[in-house]
Amino acid sequence: MKCTVCRGPAVIDLRRHNANFCGEHLLKFCRDQVAKAIHDHKMIEPGEKVLVAVSGGKDSLALWDILVELGYQVEGMTIGLGIGEYSTHSTAMTVAFAEDRGLPLHHVDLREDYGYDVPTAARVTRRVPCSACGLSKRHLFDKTALDGGFDVVATGHNLDDEAAVLLGNTLHWQTEYLGRQLPVLPATDGFPRKVKPLVRLSERETAAYCVIRGIDYVVEECPMAEGNRHLRYKEALNLIEAGSPGSKHDFYFGFLARAADRFQPEAAEAKGALGACERCGAPTPDTLCAFCRLVERTAGHDPVPVELIRKPRSRGARAGAGSGKQ
Amino acid sequence: MRVVLRNPRRELDVAGPMTVAKLLGQLDLNRESVLVIRGDTLVPGDVVLEDADVVEIRPVISGGA
Repeated sequence: MKCTVCRGPAVIDLRRHNANFCGEHLLKFCRDQVAKAIHDHKMIEPGEKVLVAVSGGKDSLALWDILVELGYQVEGMTIGLGIGEYSTHSTAMTVAFAEDRGLPLHHVDLREDYGYDVPTAARVTRRVPCSACGLSKRHLFDKTALDGGFDVVATGHNLDDEAAVLLGNTLHWQTEYLGRQLPVLPATDGFPRKVKPLVRLSERETAAYCVIRGIDYVVEECPMAEGNRHLRYKEALNLIEAGSPGSKHDFYFGFLARAADRFQPEAAEAKGALGACERCGAPTPDTLCAFCRLVERTAGHDPVPVELIRKPRSRGARAGAGSGKQ
Repeated sequence: MRVVLRNPRRELDVAGPMTVAKLLGQLDLNRESVLVIRGDTLVPGDVVLEDADVVEIRPVISGGA
């Protein structure tokens, strides 16, 4: 098998593009796809300051690397979630990546800085771990971006993530979430702009990018996410993709081109009027924002071991949540 | 050949020679969901794996981070 571009030995075949690439041209392909996504969806303007949410997994590390390669002004941020060895390993991978390249990294630790962790929050609130995890990440990335004068928060959501969330939101007709499932969420009401520059890349492609670039990432699955609905949607979509390459791309980008607008009114209506949290100032329809309520309920409880938290039964895929991205 | 699988990590011995595509089919794995790595190099579907090879089949689907 030869590289479609240079005819040298290929290392990967991408059937959805009817192309094979050597290492060098796979890297170029990935950078070009990210540049196209940023351009097409007006994600980042030249000179803007970008905060990239980093977990230590393949997508966020590939995203950070590509944004740096493309010349953007990027700083990383990672959150210690307290999910046992998995979190320890993830943080170590992220710190090593940043230190090896001399890149700035912001680090927040839920237990040290706010008095709780994800397993403990799951036990105290009696909700799935992904709920407390997603809420914590969204709040803390927003806060760090606003406090640090960042123009935009970039996350590592890839094509598989977006197609899986879209499948979940469609299966259950979560029209409010469908109206918000966009590659760019503009800055509004005290929220920073959020962008997903990897939406044109599958996770097989981002993983290949990391292997070729020599980026050491966390391969292990989050123990809190094992068996969740989001993973089953991905498996189902990959079965379809195997028989009909390009289906995931057509599903997601067809939605953006032909259907997403139709759900905007419901998303806007559901958002409602927002005031400021009386404790932290974050936008909220209530007196206290959801994050401050979570901290109030869970801080100070003794840590709950990961093993004691049962596997989650997701209650539905939500736009921007439940995919597990930092 | 020695085949290393992840999540959870385990190892299998599979008789070669055999193409990457055939190995994945024999293990009932979807090509869209994995990368195959020999040494530290990615290998595409048509590469023939020999008895002496050690290959990692790395899942790429993630649901948490």
